[in-house]
Amino acid sequence: MIRILCTGALALLATGSAFADLAINMPKGVTELSVETYEIHMIIFWWCVAIAIVVFGVMIYSLIFHRKSRGAEPAKFTHSVKAEVIWTTIPIVILLIMAVPSAELMIKLEDTRDPDMTIVITGYQWKWHYAYQGQDVAFYSTLARPSAAARRRGSGIDPGTVDNYLLDVDNPLVVPKGAKVRLLLTSNDVVHAWWVPDLAIKKDAIPGFMNETWFRAMEAGVYRGQCAELCGMDHGYMPIVVEVLEPEAYQAWLATEKGNETALAAAGGED
Amino acid sequence: MSSTAAGVHAESHHHGDDHGPVKGWRRWVYATNHKDIGTMYLVFSLVMFFFGGSMALVIRSELFQPGLQFVDPAFFNQMTTMHALIMVFGAVMPAFVGLANWMIPMMIGAPDMALPRMNNWSFWILPVAFGILSSTLIMPGGAPASGWTMYPPLVLQTGDAFPFLIFSVHLMGISSIMGAINVIVTILNMRAPDMTLLKMPMFVWTWLITAYLLIAVMPVLAGAVTMLLTDQFFGTSFFLAAGGGDPVMFQHIFWFFGHPEVYIMILPAFGVVSEIIPTFSRKPLFGHDSMVYAASSIAFLSFIVWAHHMFTTGMPLTGQMFFMFATMLIAVPTGVKVFNWLATMWRGAMTFETPMLFSLGFLFMFTIGGFSGLMLAIAPADIQYHDSYFVVAHFHYVLVPGSIFALMAAVYYWMPKWTGRYYNESLGKLHFWLSTIFVNLTFFPMHFVGLAGMPRRIPDYSTQFADFNAMASVGAIGFGLSQLIFAWIVFQCCVQRKGEKASQEVWESPKGLEWTVPSPAPHHTFDTPPRVTGGVSFPHDG
Repeated sequence: MIRILCTGALALLATGSAFADLAINMPKGVTELSVETYEIHMIIFWWCVAIAIVVFGVMIYSLIFHRKSRGAEPAKFTHSVKAEVIWTTIPIVILLIMAVPSAELMIKLEDTRDPDMTIVITGYQWKWHYAYQGQDVAFYSTLARPSAAARRRGSGIDPGTVDNYLLDVDNPLVVPKGAKVRLLLTSNDVVHAWWVPDLAIKKDAIPGFMNETWFRAMEAGVYRGQCAELCGMDHGYMPIVVEVLEPEAYQAWLATEKGNETALAAAGGED
Repeated sequence: MSSTAAGVHAESHHHGDDHGPVKGWRRWVYATNHKDIGTMYLVFSLVMFFFGGSMALVIRSELFQPGLQFVDPAFFNQMTTMHALIMVFGAVMPAFVGLANWMIPMMIGAPDMALPRMNNWSFWILPVAFGILSSTLIMPGGAPASGWTMYPPLVLQTGDAFPFLIFSVHLMGISSIMGAINVIVTILNMRAPDMTLLKMPMFVWTWLITAYLLIAVMPVLAGAVTMLLTDQFFGTSFFLAAGGGDPVMFQHIFWFFGHPEVYIMILPAFGVVSEIIPTFSRKPLFGHDSMVYAASSIAFLSFIVWAHHMFTTGMPLTGQMFFMFATMLIAVPTGVKVFNWLATMWRGAMTFETPMLFSLGFLFMFTIGGFSGLMLAIAPADIQYHDSYFVVAHFHYVLVPGSIFALMAAVYYWMPKWTGRYYNESLGKLHFWLSTIFVNLTFFPMHFVGLAGMPRRIPDYSTQFADFNAMASVGAIGFGLSQLIFAWIVFQCCVQRKGEKASQEVWESPKGLEWTVPSPAPHHTFDTPPRVTGGVSFPHDG
């Protein structure tokens, strides 16, 4: 039964594209590094499948043929230095093969030099704050109203009727396509983590510390994620939405935002 | 040793030994006999297993479909936190200590544990610790809800429960350390004269290594939670950035305890299956000495990999590299263990009684957990897996069909020795198959939702994750109900004393000194050390 379940599960994973609407694998994402992360994930996965075929193959063969009910007589051997050396060496070789591309990717993930723009992200219980460095644009991003209404216990609203239930916000983070965006993360209260699978970014936002990461989105679109570090009661209700726009559309958005900020500041001044 | 304890020389009993246990509550409250204390540990952990399991069912019921149906987010977080604390410290660890108490003296030919009164103390601390922890459920502000990892600053937002959480963790640590000291002193000083260290059974070996791990890391946890306590009540700022402290330092200290802790929960399981697979393969354990070296290497490596739980915290690149490579290395000795078990089965003459079924289930599904562990070791991929349901799937695969299946196997394997009766074999097999089906139904789909982007520790989720969550919830309820069969089997065998009488050997020519005493094992065994000449009784001679 376990075998059936596992082969079934492996087959499911292998034919992932056939189940495109049923998400069962890591998304390839829309940045160079998210594609590389996906590839390294698949390489290590296939190594595991290969090892599993050998290990479980031997195990199942043994379970079928070396059973007392088939009249098997137990052999007498108890150890073999040669065997131990072989099955110590082969895993080390596989690990070395895996270590090199993993280390290379780590180096790229950490390379935050020469960004085109910088955004400071601050985690709050339970919302995000985004500040565009040098642009005078800053805003909070909280769970969108339809989700917020439906999420209450006994709300009577079927989550299936809410678009992007729990994965939608009032003000998304907007960035231009093709730009190297550096993110500086911190927190105002407890530890949060900013996770967007399609950008292959997960970084903790820690009070008193500034963490750094980056991405360069290659396709325009809307990408969704969530807080990944338990941060209290409403940890499940502080989603992240990143809207990647064509550069011109981004400039237009930025201009509008700046106008809004100025208007707000002016309104604040008059009060 | 224990015969010097007050009040134990009461009336003589069946089995014809010098004396049996005292009657009534004194037998348990004043217990100094390793078998009685072992029994109490095992019963306690079974109770905690159902207590923690019922919290898992609250969690899975809420996650059966999107939207909040049964509990509020705050209570949901209390459930995830308490479920973990109770299962780790209340179910798995005490169960292995119970097995150690029962079996180590009998396996090394000792009359009892070396420190019987401390043994009593280390057990009786546990009900107090878990009484304190459980009482937080009805306190203002509720039980701790910061996850069992207790990360500050979040954990400092805990209500009245906070000092009780810290104090109960201290008590659990004291209990574990005393248990570990007892195991080490017993093994190093009380082995039968001919039993050299490398002739010890694997269960004794893995427990010796585990005990050293416990002594090394439980004080570290105690230190970490004490610093939390002083941060909260005495104005210190160990972990508070506003006062110059560092919240990430707690994570380093916690995982310096926490990573060896996961090996504390799996090494004795390795020992158990290393006893069972040879018996039912009718063939000695393959590569006994390399198994010892592999377990020791795992224990050593467990101290230098802790920050692989922290790849997203913003460590320096060189730090991430070090922890990635060190973590990948653990796959090597773990692989050696799996290959040695396979070689033990290879060309054996296997039969499939319940203990063997659970051991094979362990071997198969622990290996699956090992594969996801290998994937998690790859740091750039781990950054995506981290804090997602993929991690939940991984650690439940190594803990439920890993540690807990090994515990089930151990109970079925040694229960006839404890009670003198066989358990109900058909019910045992039913228990195995239902558990196996449901455990996979519960935890396998979690890999998928995790990879697809579902974070762990959330009470509600986006509708795209609904199908797999529904499957997992059905599996969890099935798994929970299946464990009632286990409770019934144990009740039949241990309390009702139903079942066929077991011989001294119980199984077909098993190896080890525990099979040279009558079934049920008399209250006192090996008052004089067994003389083992000719080398037949030791399992790993030659």
